[in-house]
Amino acid sequence: MTQDLNYLKETPSQTAGPYVHIGLAPGAAGFDVYNKELGWDIAGPNAKGERIRIEGIVIDGTGSPVKDVLIEAWQANAEGVYAHPEHSGDVEEGFRGWGRVITNFETGEWGFDTVKPGTVAGRSGTLMAPHINLWIVARGINVGLNTRLYFSDEDAANAKDPVINLVEWENRRKTLIAQRNDRDGQVVYRFDIKLQGEDETVFFDI
Amino acid sequence: MTPPDYFSRDRRWHPPAFTPDYKTSVSRSPRLPLLSLENTASEITGPTFAPTDIAEGDNDLLTNFARDGGSPIGERILLHGRVLDENARPVPNTLVEIWQANASGRYRHKKDGYLGALDPNFGGCGRVLTDDNGAYAFRTVKPGAYPWRNGINDWRPAHIHVSVFGSAFAQRLITQLYFEGDPLIARCPIVSTIPDPAAVQQLIARLDMNETRPLDMIAYRFDIVLRGRRSTMFENRMEGN
Repeated sequence: MTQDLNYLKETPSQTAGPYVHIGLAPGAAGFDVYNKELGWDIAGPNAKGERIRIEGIVIDGTGSPVKDVLIEAWQANAEGVYAHPEHSGDVEEGFRGWGRVITNFETGEWGFDTVKPGTVAGRSGTLMAPHINLWIVARGINVGLNTRLYFSDEDAANAKDPVINLVEWENRRKTLIAQRNDRDGQVVYRFDIKLQGEDETVFFDI
Repeated sequence: MTPPDYFSRDRRWHPPAFTPDYKTSVSRSPRLPLLSLENTASEITGPTFAPTDIAEGDNDLLTNFARDGGSPIGERILLHGRVLDENARPVPNTLVEIWQANASGRYRHKKDGYLGALDPNFGGCGRVLTDDNGAYAFRTVKPGAYPWRNGINDWRPAHIHVSVFGSAFAQRLITQLYFEGDPLIARCPIVSTIPDPAAVQQLIARLDMNETRPLDMIAYRFDIVLRGRRSTMFENRMEGN
């Protein structure tokens, strides 16, 4: 008789639907229910490192902005440490490394304020270039899409990044790079996400 | 010691991205394959939450939006279950968030223009941390079915949206739970994005008479399974660690 492996199966994903804001960002849905909404402050007041803003838009296969998307960000602090018990090192008090943003219902623009993360050790002694992990859910997306945001002013580190270098098609690597700009003294990185078609963003099975 | 990897996600158990009967997926699905990554610190870590992040009563949708003395209209239900991983280990202290329509099938959202009436005593969202055994519970009303513009006569089965974190960004999951016996489940293009009927069964909350509170509310049980991870023996050693 063959033994049974007895693993459970992961609960299957379903789309977050058009009203994801009710559950995950009720203020944006037009009502207040919680004392404190989660995810609006990624870095906290004590985080070291460069304060930056990330902005972008998610574009569908017809070239139209996706106006009902929700994005979560997960990143290390400026020293490359994640706020998690399985990553060695301390983070600043109030640094969570996690954020949640929604798009403007009219324009599809989204953005968040944070600090630029440091490099993080990868597998087998490699070093990963500074990056922010993003997870995108919306109506029409059956399983949340994972991607990474890298920084345009980190050319040397990006060139050696083990994940960027996994992207065999070199012309697709640029879809992972946010472009640095200065706006009235504030550092703003632009990161547009293309779900489908020309210059489709690289998405990962993590 | 290198933390162990998570099991690969079974992408044939989950819905594929491109599912044309669910029309919105057509223009919102990548055309190129996902690039598979081995786990790094970026994937095996994830946000953590503390009891101070939420308030007591956030998991009681019967009261968390009700006006003084008011109560939402609808079938009162206790929704409970456990969050486990694929090794059947409980996932403690993880954030479970839900959102849903009211008993009329109407969402409290400025973008929902359905004729079904809003309920002045019902918001439709709740959140809770699992306990040491991975258990969670909400009180709410059973949501109504509602129409949506896909096919012109498509109706969503009664459902509650569920978001779970687990302990790693790789475990992040959003899904929907349905109710045992609902005849709309088999007709729904969103449910049918899932290819395997056994996987659909995993999304159907079961009537749980044992937890039903007599003369008060009916109970449904919905267990959630997140990705498991390998055991720690014979892990690949990373250089420098």
